[in-house]
Amino acid sequence: MSGEDTARAGSFFQRDRLWHPPAYTRDYKTSVARSPRLALISAANTLSEMTGPVFGHDMLGPADDDLLTNFAKPGEMAIGQRIIVYGRVLDETGRGVPDCLIEVWQANAGGRYRHGKETYDAPLDPNFGGCGRMITGPDGSYRFRTVKPGPYPWPNRVNDWRPAHIHFSLFGHAFAQRLITQMYFEGDPLIALCPIVNTIPSSEAVDTLVAALDMANTQPMDARAYKFDIVLRGRRATRFENRGEGS
Amino acid sequence: MAQKLDLLKESPSQTAGPYVHIGCTPNFSGISGVYPEDLGSALVNDKTKGERITVRGQVFDGTGTPLKDALIEIWQADATGLYPSRNETRGKADPNFTGWGRSPGDMETGEFVFETVKPGRVPFADGRAQAPHITFWVVARGINVGLHTRMYFEDEADANAEDPLLARIEHQVRVPTLIAQKTGTGEYRFDIRLQGEGETIFFDI
Ligand SMILES: [Fe+2]
Repeated sequence: MSGEDTARAGSFFQRDRLWHPPAYTRDYKTSVARSPRLALISAANTLSEMTGPVFGHDMLGPADDDLLTNFAKPGEMAIGQRIIVYGRVLDETGRGVPDCLIEVWQANAGGRYRHGKETYDAPLDPNFGGCGRMITGPDGSYRFRTVKPGPYPWPNRVNDWRPAHIHFSLFGHAFAQRLITQMYFEGDPLIALCPIVNTIPSSEAVDTLVAALDMANTQPMDARAYKFDIVLRGRRATRFENRGEGS
Repeated sequence: MAQKLDLLKESPSQTAGPYVHIGCTPNFSGISGVYPEDLGSALVNDKTKGERITVRGQVFDGTGTPLKDALIEIWQADATGLYPSRNETRGKADPNFTGWGRSPGDMETGEFVFETVKPGRVPFADGRAQAPHITFWVVARGINVGLHTRMYFEDEADANAEDPLLARIEHQVRVPTLIAQKTGTGEYRFDIRLQGEGETIFFDI
């Protein structure tokens, strides 16, 4: 156990449910029948929420963080605008979260997913699978290479289009920190029109999911860089926490 | 004006969408060759200590239709009540037990299956023993923030009766939604209802 974990081993800050989307969001139609109607039961964290699975760096393959090549035939690459997405996973106190497993998935450059239930007839890219994963470094940093995903139409209202986005799944150090979210791209006019984006109540919160174009980290003549930091729940220091024996 | 607290806000959740299996269980969704196996597909191996159990169930929407595009994860203690986690300070959990499982559900029925061990008892915040339980986390298209719930065991009635978390649930009539039915030796069924009659208790933890 690291020193940081020992110092901050308390319960997690309460999740701000007014910042997250509510369960029932009328304009994102699938949520209507899939949203609990009764109140969530609030309970203090127990060890069941304050612990979480451990993923070792040794489980990663060399191309897990390179969506350009991890599904491609030898010597070939996915088609599309090459980008590098990088950033840090932080907790709400601003500390980097090391050893955090990040899984990403996305459509190809034409907006098509490699999936049996996909109905959009944009072409599949034979060299693009659409998944990648990484584990954050000691300061919470991560990076991966991919193609910029295309926007795509989806069945909601008759003419809804998702803005270009990459899905992120994150494990912190505790199951209470488990999070799935999406990353959007700076300047995309579809962001403001999207019923899924707009499940988030405030534009201030939406802005935290929009990655910034970063010319300073762009690889000249190669790949543009987008910076995307992600914040997981923070936890209390235990020093003054009132806890019973055995916990 | 007071001083600023300098706290960041948690990144807002967004739905896992219809293609969560591409990212989390790519082999299941037909994308092979990227990862050797899907993470979370096995909690136990042949050396794992404890009573082997199988947990099955489905997730139903408010119309009673089973979800076929959900991703279900579980997290639980080992047979002695220790978590295989870096935040576990009470001892070392069984090295042959991961504690964490992930299921995309069956393509046709949406049924999830976890082969695991019955968890031991874990202390509540005040030190009292909780009844054996498994934490569930459900995400899918149409679920805007992942849903946390817990599964308890029908055949642990005494432990359930003294469980500190179950005891504080105001509408005790809902507690059975958290209790898996025993359907055979070492076999349990735990269905999750997102909405409507018998809506499962979900926790804000
Ligand atoms: Fe998507």
